[in-house]
This record gives sequence, structure tokens and C-alpha cells, in this order.
Amino acid sequence: MQKQAKFGIGIGIIVVSLGFLAWLGYGESKTYYHTIAELQTLHGKERAHRIRVGGTVERGTIKRFTGRVDFVLDGEGKQLPVTYVGTEPLPDTFVDKSQALVEGSLATNGSFVAEHVQAKCASKYEAAPGGDAKPGSAKASTM
Amino acid sequence: MDVFGSFALLLAFLCAAYAFVGGIAAIVTRHPLLIKSARQAGIATCGLIFVATGSLVYLFFSDSYWVSYVVAHSNRDLATFYKIAALWSGQEGSLLFWSFLLAVYVFSVLLVYRNKNGELMPYVGVVLAGVQIFFLTLNNFVASPFKVLASPGANGALEVFTRADGNGLTPLLQYPEMVIHPPNLYSGYTGFTIPFAFALGALLARYPGEKWIHLTRKWTMIAWCFQTMGILLGAHWAYAVLGWGGYWGWDPVENASLLPWLTGTAFLHSVMMQEKRGMMKVWNVWLVFTTFMLCILGTLLTRSGVVSSVHAFAQSSIGNYFVGFLLLVFAVCFVAYVKNRDYLKSENQLDSMVSRESSFLFNNLILLVSCIAVLSGTLFPVFSEWFSGSRISVGAPFFNKVNIPIGLLLLFLTGVGPLLAWRKTSTESLKRNFGGPLIAGVLAGVVVFALGVHEFFSLVCLILCVFVTTTIGMEFFRGARVIRSRSGASFLASTVDLTMRNTRRYGGYIVHMGMVLIFVGLAGAAFNRDVQKDMQPGSTLQIGGYKLLLQGFDSKAEKNYTSERMIVEVWRDNKPLMMLYPERRFFQTNEQSGTMVAIYSTLREDLYVVYAGQDPETQTPVIHAFLNPLVKWIWLGGLVVVLGTLVTLMPNRRAVLVLAAAPEPTSAQQPQALAPSVALREGHD
Repeated sequence: MQKQAKFGIGIGIIVVSLGFLAWLGYGESKTYYHTIAELQTLHGKERAHRIRVGGTVERGTIKRFTGRVDFVLDGEGKQLPVTYVGTEPLPDTFVDKSQALVEGSLATNGSFVAEHVQAKCASKYEAAPGGDAKPGSAKASTM
Repeated sequence: MDVFGSFALLLAFLCAAYAFVGGIAAIVTRHPLLIKSARQAGIATCGLIFVATGSLVYLFFSDSYWVSYVVAHSNRDLATFYKIAALWSGQEGSLLFWSFLLAVYVFSVLLVYRNKNGELMPYVGVVLAGVQIFFLTLNNFVASPFKVLASPGANGALEVFTRADGNGLTPLLQYPEMVIHPPNLYSGYTGFTIPFAFALGALLARYPGEKWIHLTRKWTMIAWCFQTMGILLGAHWAYAVLGWGGYWGWDPVENASLLPWLTGTAFLHSVMMQEKRGMMKVWNVWLVFTTFMLCILGTLLTRSGVVSSVHAFAQSSIGNYFVGFLLLVFAVCFVAYVKNRDYLKSENQLDSMVSRESSFLFNNLILLVSCIAVLSGTLFPVFSEWFSGSRISVGAPFFNKVNIPIGLLLLFLTGVGPLLAWRKTSTESLKRNFGGPLIAGVLAGVVVFALGVHEFFSLVCLILCVFVTTTIGMEFFRGARVIRSRSGASFLASTVDLTMRNTRRYGGYIVHMGMVLIFVGLAGAAFNRDVQKDMQPGSTLQIGGYKLLLQGFDSKAEKNYTSERMIVEVWRDNKPLMMLYPERRFFQTNEQSGTMVAIYSTLREDLYVVYAGQDPETQTPVIHAFLNPLVKWIWLGGLVVVLGTLVTLMPNRRAVLVLAAAPEPTSAQQPQALAPSVALREGHD
């Protein structure tokens, strides 16, 4: 029985310390998903969270400046002005009307400061069935 | 051909259904003809899936732009090589590809064991057919790859029409690794179905003893090897194509591929407890069940977009089918376990903290903790939404905080475990086995510290790498020395001889060595550096010991894309070293662009240069250069792991020590005597 107890303690120590590390990592990196509409309803502490929000890049709003890129995200009929300040170059898939996911925090004026921008990965971008996107085949449908 | 293919799929579904129902009837009635017909239906299912997959490949090669899937993923100018990759680049095709690879495994299993293990095989056949039915249901009725384009004709009826060209394959997939990475990973995912089917079959049949473990060891090794290669090739693809300078981002889909690998690795180790000591039977069975379910979950995560990821497909209803299947699998496993749990009674108990058993126990424990951490981190958004209403995700710091210590603990056990004795290890043998490696590790630590590595985890990692390498080296050295003293052969020949005498043990060491090399590479990540700079022709950029001089640009129209290259001269120590050509490609068919990273890779470090685009204001081109130490060791480690796995799959050249009393074969008999007459005994260490 004593051996079993020893193993129990050993296992306990490992699990508890790894659990503690997990908890630390959780606190450091937790990010809240919100929709653009929800952002306007957040209050107090909620506004200080790390936030991830998705939307469609409004056509013609991408403005590139030195050290930052501004654009507007659309979602559920609401707009969100975003300033991207990250160091990584924006992905190739980030263009007008592309779906983008931005991560960062809310600024006091209600705009969003993004540190990361993900544009929907083209590898898994499912074109409309039959590739309706191409001109001349607008009538295409699948059986 | 599309009709032919979809008809083959439908027939395959019917055959699988027969193999399932007929198989159950065969188990109940024990009628030999029924058993045979169920098995043959299983084989026919596989044959028909081969035919269907062949048809889809043919449709790609023949540019059949009336098939919706071909239109969406190919175009006329696409290189032949990539037309194969187009097969699995979308939802429907990759599900068919799943069925195809599973069919390859099932076909081999049914054929190899057609006259063996009569008691067990009908059960295995039923389980395999059950899994096939699920995927064939998706292939036939949910996501058929053979749908054709049609529009209403003059009389209102739908008519098939043909497009002039397809939409093309997405640029990110037009890269050689994308032709080999998915098949590898999928072969891993599907391969774990075999041990699962044997474990569940053996449990249902109450098949005596540990035989199912012996039967499935090779299949598990094969699946594990594919999974390992798949993960590493995926990492290499992310590194070489995505242009962000890293190889692992804790993306949900990456995590999904890691999960079954973790439990599969745990299983490969803990089965030895069962073989040797008759322990952990329940654990092993559940590990196989879990591994299989994680494979299904992995496919679910990739296909459904449950967790948003750069990889995930558009949200689709296919996830519901997978969730349903997962629940069903769990229910079946659970019922089978509850009904037959007395069959899994352990024969022994743990004796000592310092023993082989306990090292396996801890190895399994931390692999499982890692698996749970990665799983919960990946599914956190889903669960937090259920429980608290807000969708919360966790990022790299969470995964790293847990998994780095786990990785180091595992590395430590890799060195210690294989040298501990079963039951109990004496202090004397501890000193003998670990004294040298410990000193070597500490010395290496001092040297590396003096060289400037002060990052805690990297330092510990490198110390452990040297420690483990020394323990493995000593094992080979001791064994080879004994052989050499008897045979007088060279040291190298003796080492090879030693390895071939007990492929399982020494192959395992080689796999461990590969893991050590991978850890060396991972330790380098703490020292990555990067510089980003706007570059005019003639301007330079300094990173580490390298100076990059931008000479100019060139542009070239290829068949399927236009490439724009930077011509970069690399200097080191004031001497020109080489040229690098980071590139951007623009694909006309789908109006997308892709990056081709230029990498100068040495054992010491990778110089990784990305043409990052134009500065938005000045339109000046931008170079993003990275200096990533030791990355190459990861890929080398991967090769060593594969090599080691292949060694473990080879039969032992001759029985270990059993031959001593056997009569010497005469020289005339020798050629025949060597191979078949010797009892091939597997070393179980």
C-alpha cells in the first residue's frame, strides 16, 4: 500500500504542477471572441480583455501607412475601424472583401488596435459551388 | 467516368454493409461460408473504393471540367504533379482519400490474415466494415466528389455543361510537400483504425492473451511512423511556404494531428507493460480507443470549422456526422468494455518507483497530460461558449507553458527508461548505467553555458540531449563490444549485427535518437531573430553574421503563374557566400499570390529570407529576414525517426542467444538455413 501511495504522490505532484502552468498560460493568453455588434455593448473590465473579432474587409478601406495599416471590418451591418500595428507583413490573402480575423484590444475611441491579422486561408477557401465567382458562368449550379 | 466512379462508390457502400451485417451473422452462426463471404465483401469494398478513387484521378488528368470538384480544384495549366494533390485539396476529395487509404489498410489486413486467427478476424472485419460504412456514407450521400455542373436547358430539365477551364488549385498547395504531407498524415490517421479494430475485436471476442498486441504492433508502428512524418512534413511546409519564420503555431489543425500522435506514442510504450508483465490491460485498450477517436476528431476539426483556424474549411454540416460517429464509437467501446472488463484483469502490480514499469507509467502519464492540455486548449472556445456563454481562446503561451516541461520530462525518460530493470533497479546498476551520461550532460551544460546559451529551457534541453545520446551510445557500444569480442568483426559491422539481432530494441533506440535530434532543433527556437527592412537595389541588410545585398529583381512568366524574384547576394565575413532568390508568385486563374521563401540552411542556423511585399507608402520592396538556429536538426531527426521505425519493423536476423546450442549448419545448407529455419523471435525490449 505504501508503494501505491508513493506513486500517488508522484503523479499528484506532476499533475498539479502542470495544471498550475496551464493556469498561468491561460491567464496570459486568453482571448475573447466577439462579434462587431457585441463590441459596442461591452462595459468596464470586458473592454480591457484581449479580443478576437472577425468580419469582412470593406472594399476600398485598406489604407497603408508606415508602421500601420488601417481598414474597416464589416459584420452584421456594423462597422469597426481597425488599426493594424503588428510587425508581421499582412498575409497575401488579405484583400478587399476578404474575411479577416483580427486580434488585439479596443482603443478608448471605440476603434480596434490589432496585433495579429489572419485572413481566411486560401488553401481551404471553398469557392462558391461550381466556381460561380468567375464571370460568364453566373448561371452555373451543381446537381 | 464520373458515373462510373459514383457507381463504384455506391457498390462499395453496399459491399461494406454486407461485410458488416454478414460479419455479425457469421459471428453468431459460425457458419464458415458466411465468414468467408463477409471477408470477401470486405475485400470487394476496398477494390471498389480503389476504382472510385482511380476514376476521380482520371477526371483530373483528363481535364474534365464538367465535374464540379475538378472545376473547383484544377485548371488546364496545372502541373501534372499537382493534379494528384488536387485530389485531396477540398472537402469531398479528401474524404474520398480517407476512404481510399483506409481501404489500403483494410485490404492488406484482410488478405494477410485470411487464413489466420480464425476466431478473431470476423470481429475485426465487422469493426473495419463499420468504420468504412461511415466514410462511404459521407462519400456517397453527403459530400460526393462526382457531382457534375448542370444548368436548366431549353425544356427546363437540367443539362450537364462543361466549363472551358477550372478555377485552379490554391497557390499555397502548389508546393512539392503538399503532394506528400497530406497522404502521410492521412495514412497515420487511417492507420490507427487497424489497432483499434483489433483491440475492439479482441475485447468483443474475449480473445485470449496478448495476441492482439503482437498482431497489431507492426500496424501501429506503421501508422505512428506516417503520423510522425505527416506532422513533420506539415511543419516543414508551414516553415517553407507560409513565410512567417516558424514551423509550429499551435493552430487547431496542427494540434489535431498531434493528439493521436501523443496517445499513439503512449500506447506503443505501455503495451510493453502488458506483454512483459500482464499489466495495464484496461489502460491499453482505452489508449487505442482514444487514439482512434482522436483521429476521427482530427478529421472533424479539419473538415468542420468548429474551431476557427487558418486551415479550417468553410463552416459545414459535415461536422454533425462526425460528432454523431464519435459518440457512436464511444458508446460501442464503452459497452464492449463494461461487458467484458473482467477479461482485462491485471496480473501484476507495480513493485518499485525506480523500475521500467514506473518509467512507462510516468511516460504515459505525461503524454496523456500533454494530450489533455492540447485538446482542452484547442477546444477551449467551444467549451467556454457552452459553459460561460463567451467564446474564449487560448494561444501559444498556454500550450508552451505546459508542453515545454512535458517535452523535457519525456526527453529525460527517453534516456532513463530503457536502462531501468523490470520490477526494481539496484543502486549499483543506476551508478553503472547513468554515471557516465550524467557527467557528459553536466559537462556539455557547462560548455553550452560558456558559449552563451543562458535561456533556461534551452540549456536544460541541450544537457538532456547529451545525456540521452550518451546513454544510447553506451547501449550500442556495450552490445557491439560483446559481439566484436566473439566474432572479431569491425566495430561498425558489430553494431549493425547487434541492431539486426534485436531490431525492436535497437530500432527503438534509433527512434529515440531521432527524437533527441528533434529536441536539439526545438531548443534553437529560443534564439530566433528577425529583421524587416525596405530595400532598394544596392541596399544592404545585416542579420547576425550575414549581410544581404539586394542586387535587383527579375520577373518570369511560368505556365501557371508569374513569378517576381528578388536577387539577393549573401555575404559572410566580407566574402560573397551565395545567391538567394526569395520569390512572390501571382496565379492568374484564381488571382491569388503566394510566397516562396529562400532558405540557406546549415546545421548551425537557417538564413530565411522572405520577399514580404511592398511598403504601402513608398512602394519599396520589403525583405523580412530571419536567423533561426538549429532548425535543420528537426528535419534530420525526422529522417532518423523514420529510419529507426523501419528497423523495428524488420524481423530479427537470428534469434537472440537461442542459437547457441543449435547445430552449426554445414556450409552447403547455409543459404537456406539462415532465414526461414531459424525461429524468428521478437525481442521485447
